[in-house]
Amino acid sequence: MLPTSVRRLLSALVVCASIASVAAPSAAELRIGVAADVTSIDPHFFNLFPNNNIAEHIFDKLVRMDPDSQMIPGLATSWKTIDPMTWEFKLRKGVKFHDGSELTADDVVFSINRVPNVPNSPGRFTAYTKAITKIDVVDPYTLHIHYATPYPLAPNDLSTIYIVSKKAGGTASTEDFNSGKAAIGSGPFKFVKYVNGDRVELARNDDYWGDKPAYDKVTFRIIKNEAARTAALLSGDVDAIEQPPTADLARLKADPKFTVTSKISHRVIYFNFDFLDRSSPFITGKDGKPLAKNPLLDLRVRRAMSKAINRKAIADRVMEGQAVPSGQLVSDHLFGFVPTLKADAFDPEGAKKLLAQAGYADGFNLTIHGPAGRYVNDEKIVQAVAQMLSRVGINCKVETSPMGPYSAHASKQEFSFHMVGWGASTGEASSPLRSLLATYDAAKGLGAVNWGRYSNPKVDYLIEQSLQQVDDDNRKVMLQRATQLAMDDLGLMPIHFQFTIWATKKGVQYVPRTDEYTLAFQFHAAK
Amino acid sequence: MLVYLIRRSLQSVVVLAVMSLIVFAGVYAVGNPIDILINPQADQAERQQAIEALGLDKPMWMQYFVFLRDAVHGDLGHSFVHSTSALGLIFERMPATLELALVAMAFAILLGIPLGLWAGLKPDSVSGRSIMAGSILGFSLPTFWVGLMLIMVFSVMLGWLPSNGRGTTVDLFGVPVSFLTIDGWRHLILPATNLALFNLALMIRLTRAGTREALLQDYVKFARAKGLSNTRVIGVHVLRNILIPIVTVIGLQFGSLIAFAIVTESVFAWPGMGKLLVDSINFLDRPVIVAYLLVIVSLFIVINLIVDLVYSSLDPRVRLTDSKS
Amino acid sequence: MIADVDAVTARPRSAQSPWRRVVSDFFANPVAIFGFGLLCVLVLAAIFAPLISPQNPYDLAQIDVLDGKLPPGSASSAGGTFWLGTDDQGRDMLSAIFYGLRISIFVGVTSTVLALVIGLSAGLIAAYFGGRTETLTMRVVDIQLSFPSILIALILIAVLGQGIGKVIAALVTVQWAYYARTVRSAALVERRREYIEAARCLALSPMRIVFRHLLPNCLPPLIVVATVQVAAAIALEATLSFLGLGLPITEPSLGLLIANGYQYLLSGKYWISFFPGIALLLTIVSINLVADQLRDVLNPRLSK
Repeated sequence: MLPTSVRRLLSALVVCASIASVAAPSAAELRIGVAADVTSIDPHFFNLFPNNNIAEHIFDKLVRMDPDSQMIPGLATSWKTIDPMTWEFKLRKGVKFHDGSELTADDVVFSINRVPNVPNSPGRFTAYTKAITKIDVVDPYTLHIHYATPYPLAPNDLSTIYIVSKKAGGTASTEDFNSGKAAIGSGPFKFVKYVNGDRVELARNDDYWGDKPAYDKVTFRIIKNEAARTAALLSGDVDAIEQPPTADLARLKADPKFTVTSKISHRVIYFNFDFLDRSSPFITGKDGKPLAKNPLLDLRVRRAMSKAINRKAIADRVMEGQAVPSGQLVSDHLFGFVPTLKADAFDPEGAKKLLAQAGYADGFNLTIHGPAGRYVNDEKIVQAVAQMLSRVGINCKVETSPMGPYSAHASKQEFSFHMVGWGASTGEASSPLRSLLATYDAAKGLGAVNWGRYSNPKVDYLIEQSLQQVDDDNRKVMLQRATQLAMDDLGLMPIHFQFTIWATKKGVQYVPRTDEYTLAFQFHAAK
Repeated sequence: MLVYLIRRSLQSVVVLAVMSLIVFAGVYAVGNPIDILINPQADQAERQQAIEALGLDKPMWMQYFVFLRDAVHGDLGHSFVHSTSALGLIFERMPATLELALVAMAFAILLGIPLGLWAGLKPDSVSGRSIMAGSILGFSLPTFWVGLMLIMVFSVMLGWLPSNGRGTTVDLFGVPVSFLTIDGWRHLILPATNLALFNLALMIRLTRAGTREALLQDYVKFARAKGLSNTRVIGVHVLRNILIPIVTVIGLQFGSLIAFAIVTESVFAWPGMGKLLVDSINFLDRPVIVAYLLVIVSLFIVINLIVDLVYSSLDPRVRLTDSKS
Repeated sequence: MIADVDAVTARPRSAQSPWRRVVSDFFANPVAIFGFGLLCVLVLAAIFAPLISPQNPYDLAQIDVLDGKLPPGSASSAGGTFWLGTDDQGRDMLSAIFYGLRISIFVGVTSTVLALVIGLSAGLIAAYFGGRTETLTMRVVDIQLSFPSILIALILIAVLGQGIGKVIAALVTVQWAYYARTVRSAALVERRREYIEAARCLALSPMRIVFRHLLPNCLPPLIVVATVQVAAAIALEATLSFLGLGLPITEPSLGLLIANGYQYLLSGKYWISFFPGIALLLTIVSINLVADQLRDVLNPRLSK
């Protein structure tokens, strides 16, 4: 017994000596500090940003998104509707999985069928597959996907589904993916190692069908604390980080050893109004007594609040220039953007007048709620908004809490006026419209995140029509009209689109993306 | 003694049951984690499905009953967020935290006792006063502030040590440890120092106070009068006298070291279970929170038991088996 | 907890005006006088914060995000001067520190006093009665100590919401068990002593023995522990704020001010966290200096 343990100890010491001597990173290695925990390598287990970020490397999708969230061919080389209810996808030929086997239509069918059947999944990808009624394998490289209704969003939906190998993933559990046994994809990187809460290591897939990544070894280091993340870059522990705190940008930009890149994100930061006809829980009169009527039901009050907010000051000062003011839900690159729709101009006097017209010349007391640490500078934005509303007579208090408890309360209409963010991950306006502004309707599956309970039949009609409109031009007009109507009515109050920021050491460059992903294959050596 | 041990174990089981109920109810009251777990694009039907899949639709007492039934079989449930069992997740992260806490405690003891002895033997000297002044700083500076200062100075300005992470680990009897590699030590020094600081100050003050008392005791005066060497007087008589409070404090503080590692682990991105807990609370990942607490409580019960046993063997005046007086 | 050592060895003192002796002994040490003086200044600044602050940093209508992150000595848009600069929301740091001091000291003192009362009663009762009462109380203390302090606070605040009352509740919950344990270990030794045996032989009522005999002899070390604990409570509140679980962000304590400024350190905007850090440091150091001297004064066996 004893000799064995002594031998083990000795071999451990030998190992450590050899490791210590090769600690210096090789030229083609890239170490990236990321902000959030990867909870699983199984690409269908949990639709969570950091998990998807890793899956983007190991697995391919039929349709990919370019850095501007425009759809580009992935494993599918082309797609089209055969009839309004059927889509045809042509697959790329000669694509090899990491184990050398070839990718065919069977793997795609297997992957789509696996989505609703992953055990214990806390958040499935079924939102993107459940409308599918049947999949026909026409030949190994052609698929016909059938829907029950005219379905324009098939390519958008399938741009979120990762294709796993049927052979390797056949009976594999989520644990098998985490250990690497089943983590066989066809993506630009191969899985090497996953240490929960610490790191994910990847190696370049030299047989990849597309552009070869510039680095042959990539390590994602999980550094949640933002100050620690910046410090890791400054001290040279990592070569690049995502989301450096905006507070550190001045320093990073001033230092010639580092480069900062940023790009407008598909994420809009907005406030929900309480639209329930009741005495709103966090609104009182100036005397501290509850108000019988909910003042937020009056459009003039909502408009006054929107006019009271200096969005430019928030973007410039609070966000350090890393945001653009917004009056709608998607930014100008995305499908459904309304070019003529601008954010309300900062007009405190106009706001006071509107409040007086609505019968609130003295204002009222309001507690604003916001999440802590969920969106970039979330607590600071809430405070700045509170300041600005206070100055037009709406006396504000601020309460913030971590996203878990916060969303539990917000989703039950327990707040009067609260901040949230929404990423249009399918790259078009129907995503925020159907979830945030359509009337809450469990049977139709609409308005699931309509936490303020805004309801406007005209908006609902346009949204429902657009969801079945296969013609892109018509669909765009419908989405734009729905957006215009809802924004004229201030169904919610957009503040800005935040920027996603990356900082790299000199010599490393990143092609920034709208969808916020930090993708190793988009890093390359600077010229 | 055996009776005492058996009784303590039985009490511990009750404590664990009560604890699990308190925590379960506490986290249950915080809210339903579903909104943060589920994909925001999901509709109401999928939401309902996910709630049922996680068993969150059942009333709290029923969820607790299911939890208890599984717990008896050693299964503390599956993490909502991670794909593994809650207990497995914690044990995966535990070595990192334990290593950090042990190294921090070692720093505190190895530095604190000699410094405290020195300050106690020469209370009016400049060095003695400086040590005491330093110990006050050790109490006063908040951990997160010191952590950032350490990173600022040693990683960013001087570039001597890495700012975060655990570095290279090697398996020692199947447990990954970092204290066997140079790289591991480089990563370990800053967080361990950060975590040790409060306890270092505590050790210094305890040792100093104990030393000063002991020097006034008759038995030390006798020992001196007998002509024993100064080294022997201090090493044997004085140290034995101050051992009782120090053992108590080491025991009590070790648990709080593990808890306060939450802060240090956040600042230095150390992949321990403290960080896991903070994340789980943000996600309302109840199985992990409950399992974490049960593990910590068990740890504490064992530590307290050891402290009491050692305490009674060092100080015969304290009885363990308390008969009615 | 720090005074466990002293607790074990506390002895009844002579009857003649002990408090006067304590006071004169206390002021024999110049360092203690300095600490006491500093503490007085800080406490006065905290009490009179609304009168001496240039701005009410808690009134959102008075602060402007456009004044944010100005360095010390900058002119404000309203015409004054920010002597210590401003934070990211445009709060005058000097005013924010005075108000923050007020909250930190209030939270520290209130939570300590409440915890002391609860812990003292529990510890004394446990130690005196022994048997089931003791077992039960100490098991509760065990449960209490099994909860890492940050965790209790975290769960309490998550359940209750933010606010000063909740933070105090959390700090009391965290601290009381320490007092109970300290008192009990002191009293455990104390109750074996002759004078308690004597009091029992005289058939004095248990209440009388506990409060007239046990309590005074456990008190001096407790006063020292409590003083130190005020400092510890202030530091713990700061830590909670760092983890985002303390007071509302619009009414920052010193700890929250530091936490807010922490992220600006690397950009060279040192004043947002540096000045509150100094204020916190001075507060805790002065309390600890006073506690240190109290310890020496209240423990007669150390006076040569």
